[in-house]
Amino acid sequence: MDDVANKWLRFLLQALNYSLFMGLLWYFASSPSVRLLGADEAKLTIAFAHAGQLREPCRMLSQQELNKLAPNMRKIDDCPRERSPVSIEAQLDGAMIYAASLPPPGLFGDGGVDVFYSAKIAAGVHRLELRMNDSVRIEGFNHRFDQVVTIEPAQILLIGFDSKQGGFLVKPALN
Amino acid sequence: MIINPLKRVYLALESWFNLSFGTEWNPLYHLGTLSFFLFWIILVSGIYLFIPFHGSLDGAHASLEYITHDQWYAAGVMRSLHRYASDAVIVTVLLHLFKEFASGRYRGFRWFSWVTGIPNLWLIVTIGITGYWLVWDEMAQYIAVGSAQLMDALPIFSGAMTRNFVSGGMTDRFFILIEFLHLLGQPMLLMFMLWLHVKRLSNVNINPPRGLAAGTFVALLALSLAAPATSHAPADLGRVPTEIHLDWFYLNVYPLLELWPAQQIWILTTAVTFLLMMMPWLLPKKDGAKAVVDLEHCNGCGICFEDCPFDAITLQARTDGARYDYEVAVDPALCGACGICAGSCPASNPFRTPRGELKTGIDMPQLRVDELRSLTRSAIDSMSGDLKILVFGCEHGIDVMRLNGDDTRGIKLICSGMLPPTLVEYALKQGADGVMVTGCRHNDCYYRFGNLWTRMRFAGERKPGLRGRAEHARILLHGGAEPDAPLIARDLSAFRQRLRELNQAARVAVEEAG
Repeated sequence: MDDVANKWLRFLLQALNYSLFMGLLWYFASSPSVRLLGADEAKLTIAFAHAGQLREPCRMLSQQELNKLAPNMRKIDDCPRERSPVSIEAQLDGAMIYAASLPPPGLFGDGGVDVFYSAKIAAGVHRLELRMNDSVRIEGFNHRFDQVVTIEPAQILLIGFDSKQGGFLVKPALN
Repeated sequence: MIINPLKRVYLALESWFNLSFGTEWNPLYHLGTLSFFLFWIILVSGIYLFIPFHGSLDGAHASLEYITHDQWYAAGVMRSLHRYASDAVIVTVLLHLFKEFASGRYRGFRWFSWVTGIPNLWLIVTIGITGYWLVWDEMAQYIAVGSAQLMDALPIFSGAMTRNFVSGGMTDRFFILIEFLHLLGQPMLLMFMLWLHVKRLSNVNINPPRGLAAGTFVALLALSLAAPATSHAPADLGRVPTEIHLDWFYLNVYPLLELWPAQQIWILTTAVTFLLMMMPWLLPKKDGAKAVVDLEHCNGCGICFEDCPFDAITLQARTDGARYDYEVAVDPALCGACGICAGSCPASNPFRTPRGELKTGIDMPQLRVDELRSLTRSAIDSMSGDLKILVFGCEHGIDVMRLNGDDTRGIKLICSGMLPPTLVEYALKQGADGVMVTGCRHNDCYYRFGNLWTRMRFAGERKPGLRGRAEHARILLHGGAEPDAPLIARDLSAFRQRLRELNQAARVAVEEAG
């Protein structure tokens, strides 16, 4: 394939090619932009790890049972490893936005569950209801949260859980 | 057939670049070396940026603001070069992939280079992702959360990763891990993968022509000065970034997270990658018969070893007790069946055995040098015009059989590089008025070096060279792809005219002498 004989025209065409290439780089290096939230939108995020309670309570071994065990294996209680699934429900202004029953992971069903859910919500004042059951030995929900929360545009309403701190933790996300 | 339209598109693109850059600087012929050159820019600018960059959650964004605004004339330009060269690599790598696919250079014996090349694209993308992560601005936050969501979709993480980026779990230690990956881990892995990618090639060049390198650098520098790379606002894990000016070269997967579950994105990307890697077997093409060594005629000179484009020939100690030190051996798994070795063998000289069978040191079973000599003789004898022109052409360039006429005969070669220069001299001695040799477009040989070695052999720059006694004016070297057929017809007409003038001059000289 022949090239253009005129040296200057060839350079001009090269400059055109380089300009097109650089234009392509410049444009797609930052455009088109992606809009993640509308002007009056915020985000609700449920994110925590929690281990359900043991399915069966620990049982104290009788003296006879202990006697059957080798001296170095004599542990006074027998605790089955399997944990309860964690059931969780979240309602915003009366509407159910998240409901899940998460089985404990692991070969023996003894792991903690990771809860993650994230959704856009309208910024402003909302009534937030949270319910969780983490024991098959308890009917209904044993952890509850029911409050009016205020969320600003683009803010993340973060829902966590820590039984040592009293259950659900609802706060703007930490920086 | 899916390939032909793609090849037409590629050839049109190639023609356009040949117009402005010529065949020496055409960027499509140097996509691999251009990518290496861009890596050099990325490496040098990256080392420079590493000096003022502060690798911590609190310091990263502020140090990049200093780099971008306070020291815009040096570090700022380096940052922009770093970004735009990285973006350019994606373009050159994708074009490289497209070119190899469109021209069918991905299957048969080439499967290894193809299969080891595909993961490199993802590896480069992940290096870009960790690079953007280090800026720790809103876009970094966006890709950090997105990456965590993608990782959590895998069974091994199950939600633990994403929690880091929403509940204040991100620490400097994690940041340093990303820094280590971007600065050392990923580039080292990429270097290893690139070595693997070119392992089955010989004479690997990693430097583009200086003119092309200079032009690319000047263009990137101009872009860096005209539109410097900037950051978004600092990352704030308590807020959602509302608008991201995304780098689509690297981060195009993340917007899909707004539309699809992460598992589906994994399925899509894995399926596309797997499909691409399986192409050599989904659209297979059988290689020709591999080169065969005849030790009786091989003196172990090593020219074929030097010329083999695919590292398929090894030079080893003699095994047959002959008086030579070495012999060559062909690895059929690596052999491209191009025949360049047969063209390079000094024993392929047709004058060696004028009457008997021509046996050479290394030959192609599907088109032996002896058969080539017979075809040459019969083609010359079959012409009835005022001229006798032989056109040797490779099967990946122009179809030379279409040129057949009273004064022209085409002979198809596997590659122009399989033509021993002495066979051209032989053709002229046998009565041909002129010989034209046409391969692929210059610098775009299907077998990498066929047309280049041919040019160098005929110019006496590479063994075996065309001997001085051959009438060089009666030889025309050409090159072109199928769309260039009108050009070859034009050049063939001019060649005819030249041969008539040479014949006329020869007649005059004989008459004067007589």
